[in-house]
Amino acid sequence: MALPLDSYSFATPATLEEALSILGADRSARPFAGGTDLMVLLEAGHLPPGRFVNLWGLPGLRGIHALEDAVAIGALTTYTDLRGSHVIARQYPMLVHAAAETGGVATQNRGTIGGNIANASPAADTPPTLLAYDAELELQSLSGTRRVPYHRFHTGYKKMELAPGEIIRRILLPRRGDGWRDHYRKVGTRRAQAISKVCLAGSIRTEEGIVREVRIAFGSVAPVVLRCAAAEKALTGRSLNPSVIADAQAALATDIAPIDDLRSTARYRLRVAQNLLAEFLNGAKTPG
Amino acid sequence: MDVPNIGRSARRKEGRAKVTGQALYVDDISPAGVLYGVTVRSPVARGRIKGIRFDPAIPWDDYTIVTAADIPGVNRVKLITDDQPYLASDVVNHAEEPILLIAHRDRAAAEQARHQVTIDIEPFPAVSTIDDALSAREIIWGTDNLFKSYQVNKGDVESALGDATIVVEGEYETGAQEQLYIEPNGMLAVADPNHGVAVWGSMQCPYYIHTALAALFGLPADKIRVVQMETGGGFGGKEEYPSIIAGHAALLAWKSGRPVKMIYGRAEDMAATTKRHPSRTTHRTAVGRDGRLQAMDIDFVIDGGAYCTLSPVVLSRGTIHAAGPYNCPNVRVRGRAVATNVPPHGAFRGFGAPQSIFALERHMDKVAAAVGLAPDEFRRRNFIQTGDTLSVGQTIREPVNMSALLDRALALSGYSAKRQQFARDNGSGPLRKGIGLATFMHGAGFTGSGEVHLSSIVVVEGTAEGTIRVLTSSTEIGQGTNTIFAQIAADALGIDCDDVEVAQPDTAEVPNSGPTVASRTCMVVGRLVESAALGVQHALIDAGYLPVMHSRAEFRRGCQRYVQAFGSLRATSKYEAPPGLRWDDEQYRGDAYGTYAWAAYVAEVTVDLTTWQTSVDDFVAVQEVGKVVNPILATGQIEGGVAQGIGWALYEDVIWREGRMANGQMTNYIMPSSMDLPSIRVYFEEVPYPHGPAGAKGIGELPMDGAAPAIFNAVAHATGANPDALPLTPEQLMRLMETPVA
Amino acid sequence: MPDSPQARLTCVVNGRRLMFDAHPMARLLDVLRNDGRLTGTKEGCGEGECGACSVILNGELVNSCLTPAAHADGGVITTIEGVAGEESLNVVQEAFLECGGAQCGICTPGMVLAAIDLLSRVPNPTEEEIRAALSGNLCRCTGYMRIFASVLEACKRSPDLNRP
Repeated sequence: MALPLDSYSFATPATLEEALSILGADRSARPFAGGTDLMVLLEAGHLPPGRFVNLWGLPGLRGIHALEDAVAIGALTTYTDLRGSHVIARQYPMLVHAAAETGGVATQNRGTIGGNIANASPAADTPPTLLAYDAELELQSLSGTRRVPYHRFHTGYKKMELAPGEIIRRILLPRRGDGWRDHYRKVGTRRAQAISKVCLAGSIRTEEGIVREVRIAFGSVAPVVLRCAAAEKALTGRSLNPSVIADAQAALATDIAPIDDLRSTARYRLRVAQNLLAEFLNGAKTPG
Repeated sequence: MDVPNIGRSARRKEGRAKVTGQALYVDDISPAGVLYGVTVRSPVARGRIKGIRFDPAIPWDDYTIVTAADIPGVNRVKLITDDQPYLASDVVNHAEEPILLIAHRDRAAAEQARHQVTIDIEPFPAVSTIDDALSAREIIWGTDNLFKSYQVNKGDVESALGDATIVVEGEYETGAQEQLYIEPNGMLAVADPNHGVAVWGSMQCPYYIHTALAALFGLPADKIRVVQMETGGGFGGKEEYPSIIAGHAALLAWKSGRPVKMIYGRAEDMAATTKRHPSRTTHRTAVGRDGRLQAMDIDFVIDGGAYCTLSPVVLSRGTIHAAGPYNCPNVRVRGRAVATNVPPHGAFRGFGAPQSIFALERHMDKVAAAVGLAPDEFRRRNFIQTGDTLSVGQTIREPVNMSALLDRALALSGYSAKRQQFARDNGSGPLRKGIGLATFMHGAGFTGSGEVHLSSIVVVEGTAEGTIRVLTSSTEIGQGTNTIFAQIAADALGIDCDDVEVAQPDTAEVPNSGPTVASRTCMVVGRLVESAALGVQHALIDAGYLPVMHSRAEFRRGCQRYVQAFGSLRATSKYEAPPGLRWDDEQYRGDAYGTYAWAAYVAEVTVDLTTWQTSVDDFVAVQEVGKVVNPILATGQIEGGVAQGIGWALYEDVIWREGRMANGQMTNYIMPSSMDLPSIRVYFEEVPYPHGPAGAKGIGELPMDGAAPAIFNAVAHATGANPDALPLTPEQLMRLMETPVA
Repeated sequence: MPDSPQARLTCVVNGRRLMFDAHPMARLLDVLRNDGRLTGTKEGCGEGECGACSVILNGELVNSCLTPAAHADGGVITTIEGVAGEESLNVVQEAFLECGGAQCGICTPGMVLAAIDLLSRVPNPTEEEIRAALSGNLCRCTGYMRIFASVLEACKRSPDLNRP
């Protein structure tokens, strides 16, 4: 089913600067990271012909660094890298949890966080955690670097706030204060090697039972991974009692737009999303 | 011989080749000049072919193209009804039906070309459900869309139902299941009118292919050669289907004059090849207040897809197993196999029995509840005993003790205590635990007079080196054929497994021992291996080359000397039915199987009401199997079969859209991963079957029958819901639990 | 550096240098099987789901059906043909033979490599860790039980495993 390989060309720049030059000059060229998404598309005959620019192995794109007020994750950091990072495990544990649920070991060794974001699947496993952690993307092109809050990055199904010639350079996770409680749950077709049907990444900070801040991020229930603004609004400033939780569940139904597809149904996704939300909030009632 | 080979876990004969990557599967060999073949298939479920258009951009002269017009012999797959064409020429009856074949020396070019052919089809209305087929509004096969029907009658069901005070009804459905062998179908063929046809490939039944190719090419038997390569899983999916891919590869080879290799991609294999027959079973059961079964009225329908393939035999086995291991004075089973416009369904481990047993064992729990009995107690009051007669008229003459098997399974699983504990603990929190059971049997070997018709043959020969070769057409597909045959022959001769080689199944060399199906390989063919080996021994002893009591070394020397003296040493064994077996093909009554393996399975589940997902936490499988020839291999068979049953029950859902499988990718058709299965705990009992090697019965399909109903019964226990349709996906369970019950 | 339709790529496979011409986006699986004539690595699905194509690339388990040839350039690869020692099988291979870890054998090369990869990182894994580490290798025959037993047996037999 694959198109003939000569439908594609593959540039192997030696440096990031060279890669950006190629991408800047040829608007049709696309970055190629670990290949775990692109090669599946290629094999299935769904990869449009054209030019790819190899980023794998370029210096400066992979690794996790603690900055003063954030942790920076290079776009070519793999899931295995994330799973092995003490910094991430300590401060952003949902990211480790999500990485561990993304495919098996072989996928985790080659899949990259930047590639995952750029693939822009609404069913991706780590992006909801990035939303919950207020991630910021650092985008780079020949013209320079700019930052975009991740929650503004996905503008529609497979559409991104990414200009021609730009790549995702780093993902920045701001440091959080204390008092946050995280909850991640992916509901897939089976326990491993599964595309998610519903995926929740939630973070909440309460003071004396009142919700001060909350982040509710879902995957697989809308054309993009998203923060659920109505559900968050229904909770902020209120105490976590059953009636408030029910309000949040009702508000959630207005935030998300799940569909029927080969893996699941709209109704199932809605009901499970609401159940996961309650599970998250009920767990947060007890001081963590 | 110090320790017998039978009964110990002799190492897999071809194991070393498998763990070192040296085992050769068909795609591992590429002869010089080989072409790669692909199939162009119907995009619609039913219609008339109006035209075939070739994209002028492709240099078609570089390709070999085969249509139905190129077929030298008969354009029909020789099997039972011979209704299925190798290549459609006029009408198509299912999506993915093969129409044209293309070959090219570059694999990618062949793949590309496949998409540059357009088939213009005028669509006809398609039949897609069992009800559509039965309504006969649209006739797509024969005169009434019915491939086959059977009727089994015992006693007088109508009267018994009329007199009954308690009647319990139920309707149960099972969906298609994809065999999902990890190695897709593949064949390599060479063919020309002078030399004939030879194929190598992934298969279970070399002689099925042999027969089919002879008819396809109009050639005599000695011009056809079929060789089995290492085969990466079959489970029935490579029982009858390979005749088609073999024929296709051979047709391309015939026309091109070059070797042709045809390997299916995963998506194609899933969408176009056979799957387990979907089924619908209706039960009406009369039961007394004492919990004794009075009447069972069963209607069993399977969906055969567009062509007959093996549907009559699947139907037969499902029909015979439909009333299970219970003693009931009045039983009526009506079995029907219908035609629909989907790719034909075919053999898959269990072969009709998992479908009818699923319905039965779900239903027995319902009947138990109706008379206020626990599931195990109800069954104990109804189990068949030695001397009782099954619905099809077979009196069970062998020792059978289902109660003891059940008791053992219940003890090992902690059933009684857990049943109470779960009832107490369920209710607080989203997790619901349940435990459920299934009791069943599986007949080994071909049904009725099938083994007599097969008339299987095995040859054992001694070599000049003093070793033994076993020649049979029974294939190793992972279940352990090579190893157990070596063990059986070794024990018969007083030598070691390492002294025995099992020849690669090559129809140029091995006799027809029948197909590798129906749980017959150990019990029926293994027995022939034993007797042929004894034949070799007798020849040596009678000729004075071997004392009756001999050592391994003495055997080797005697064999060497005999072969040196006489040139060859061979013994042939041919199947003879065990005495006393009587089966009437016309009446469809009598001794359906030489013997049955008996089993009791228990499944423990947790249902998470947050997501309606069911996980199986523990699984106990107890079975009586005659004799365990190789403990590790036998255990592996049960574990693997239970795993496939768990997949069928909870995960494996074939999604149909416009008559084709829409989720034909391993990312969307979900088989269990290593994280999804519990510890599967396997226990054997042995009541020797006199006509099996060392007393062994067949076990390959048995485990497929019990897992799904045990799990469903456990989910019912956990949730109070009534799941009657399989697979029980979380979406289905949610729907079930959220729908108000009338 | 200009794009090239076909690239001359070099890697070390099972200790031997392999040089081949391939499109940079050709699958490593095909390079190994066709150019390398190493047919032990199998194709089960072509979509990175079944793990039958697993190999070890630069010390990491990868699905060779999803790895472009360009990423193997300059790399060190171990396939199933490379895990046995000079005189004897790898302890994992021995354990698979002893415990029945292989039935039809098609998943076995990938499964053995996944097990070797696991044991090189976690010398004494729990059953849970084994389940998780092998979750990218699907087996249709065994139900995985004999495979877990094989891995546990391999741990018992040798604390110092042959690292590829």
